[in-house]
Amino acid sequence: MNDAMQTPTEETRKDDPVIRISGMHKWYGDFHVLKDINLEVQRGERIIICGPSGSGKSTLIRCINRLEEHQRGKIIVDGIELTNDLKNIEKIRMEVGMVFQHFNLFPHLSILENLSIGPIWVRKTPRKEAEETAMYYLEKVHIAEQAKKFPGQLSGGQQQRVAIARSLCMKPNVMLFDEPTSALDPEMVKEVLDVMISLAEEGMTMLVVSHEMGFARSVAHRVMFMDYGQIVEENNPEDFFNNPEHDRTKLFLSQILH
Amino acid sequence: MEDVRLPNTPVDDIRPPRTSIGAIGWLRANLFNSWFNSLLTLVIAYALYQCIPPLVRWAFIDSLWTSTGPECQAADGACWSIIPANFRFIMFGFYPYEEQWRPAIAIVLLVGLLIFSQYRRNWKKYLFYTWIGGLVIMGVLMRGGILGLTPVETSQWGGLPLTLLLSVFGLTAAYPLGIVLALGRQSRLPAIRSLCVVYIELIRGVPLISLLFMSSVVFPLFLPEGVSLNAILRAQVAIILFTAAYIAEVVRGGLQGMSKGQYEAAEAIGLNYVQTMRLIILPQALKIVIPPSVSILISAFKDTSLVVIIALYDLLKTTQSILGDPRWMGFSAEAYLFVAMIYFICCFYMSNFSRKLERELDTGL
Ligand SMILES: Nc1ncnc2c1ncn2[C@@H]1O[C@H](COP(=O)(O)OP(=O)(O)OP(=O)(O)O)[C@@H](O)[C@H]1O
Ligand SMILES: [Mg+2]
Repeated sequence: MNDAMQTPTEETRKDDPVIRISGMHKWYGDFHVLKDINLEVQRGERIIICGPSGSGKSTLIRCINRLEEHQRGKIIVDGIELTNDLKNIEKIRMEVGMVFQHFNLFPHLSILENLSIGPIWVRKTPRKEAEETAMYYLEKVHIAEQAKKFPGQLSGGQQQRVAIARSLCMKPNVMLFDEPTSALDPEMVKEVLDVMISLAEEGMTMLVVSHEMGFARSVAHRVMFMDYGQIVEENNPEDFFNNPEHDRTKLFLSQILH
Repeated sequence: MEDVRLPNTPVDDIRPPRTSIGAIGWLRANLFNSWFNSLLTLVIAYALYQCIPPLVRWAFIDSLWTSTGPECQAADGACWSIIPANFRFIMFGFYPYEEQWRPAIAIVLLVGLLIFSQYRRNWKKYLFYTWIGGLVIMGVLMRGGILGLTPVETSQWGGLPLTLLLSVFGLTAAYPLGIVLALGRQSRLPAIRSLCVVYIELIRGVPLISLLFMSSVVFPLFLPEGVSLNAILRAQVAIILFTAAYIAEVVRGGLQGMSKGQYEAAEAIGLNYVQTMRLIILPQALKIVIPPSVSILISAFKDTSLVVIIALYDLLKTTQSILGDPRWMGFSAEAYLFVAMIYFICCFYMSNFSRKLERELDTGL
């Protein structure tokens, strides 16, 4: 799969950042979760974020679509700054798709309804068209035959693929993934990663919190290491894995790579 | 020792041991499976033997069905005749005698609409308009005054139509109000939240009877001179306000059962607050609380009989007042059994419907 993909640096257009985070801080009460985050994500760029539990990885990507509110600094997505303005938040959420660790499908809706509900209500797409789009993305994640079923009747891997398709139906510019495979049984991890790889091949901008290092090596333009709310180190995958600079990164890598 | 079999040799079906099936098996398993249960079975069998035959004799063998009051006084058995003899008063109270076909049609219409609405395949937009149309027709029938129908004052309404009116409107209005209160109680805005909390706790802190009393005695004091609010309407409002507070607490329980992930997923695809609630959260939360909601609705239905204290003649009150007639004095058991049956049918229908709904909404999670 590595060969099928263009080399990362060529396909990302320089100086067209979709996400620009500068001097961002976040607190939970007194607890300083994110400290001075500066990050630019170019269009088409794929970034893997790793780091120990509690280091703030989820919080960081959840700030990007305002599931969490930051208190200081700027987050600009697709030219729109995230403020308390509900209109802006709505616009940004349309542009940013998110996939959760625990899928969070809507259990009372069929798979097809799970996918079409966003386009119908948020993008005001006619139902028929929304369902056609839904079927298109279900085929893409190889699950079209399950369209009439309910989430509770699918396996974890299938549910996560549906969740990815649900986000794609909104035609986002950026996809955020928060540990998309860590709630899955090992034999289902690959089917989800394959879907994510094909997404990457199409040039989707992706921010992925993941500890799947094989995936990071083959797909990422940049790998980031977070610890205690800071981005400690970032580099291209090659150098990140082979010559990590910081001791904390080395320690972390030695732990997850055995 | 020769019982060694190859793994795949087919084994013929054998009948289960005699003692575990059939009547004897059933008796053993259910009634005589330990000495204590055997004892209980015998005691209860004896008690039933003592009660059932006299009851059957009273209710059926010695009973009178079409007699007059004095004939009943002479007989030993049940006097079911009290019901046909007073049927129209029990059902319609003081509604003018010649006009009672009107509430009768209204009831048939209402029951028809309720039965029609219980099927989910009928839950389309036109159902809403059908209800509006049905309600207008029922209102015209009951009230009269146009289309050549004699006007009938609401003070003359009574019996089953009044009970059904109070409960159907009470329950259908209380449910949405309860949902709004539950959402308000979860609101991030402190003003709305405390308003809802105060309302819910206040209402739950007083009995329905005192609310009804206040609505009929205290409330008119605040109205300007000469303005009076219809007694039925006041009772209706009290019932709605009361039931809504209880519904609100049940719905809140359902909302708390929802995982944070559902809200987040809805927000992440861009649904706003109203859409998230309406499309994602409430459908799931309300489904969880179907059983407790139905208990509340059932008890609210029965509580409508408390309107007697503000002098409304609902089904229970009309029944009670025929017992004041000297000819029928002393047959309260028969009369009350009859209304009990009507109440039971309605409540049984409600709980049956809720179970059916739960089954249909089950999506396997
Ligand atoms: N809602 C919250 N209120 C208070 N503290 C929180 C909240 N959410 C997260 N935290 C804390 O913030 C820190 C960062 O959490 P976060 O979920 O971002 O970590 P993470 O890097 O994603 O970890 P994991 O790998 O376990 O998912 C943790 O210490 C966590 O306890
Ligand atoms: Mg996390």
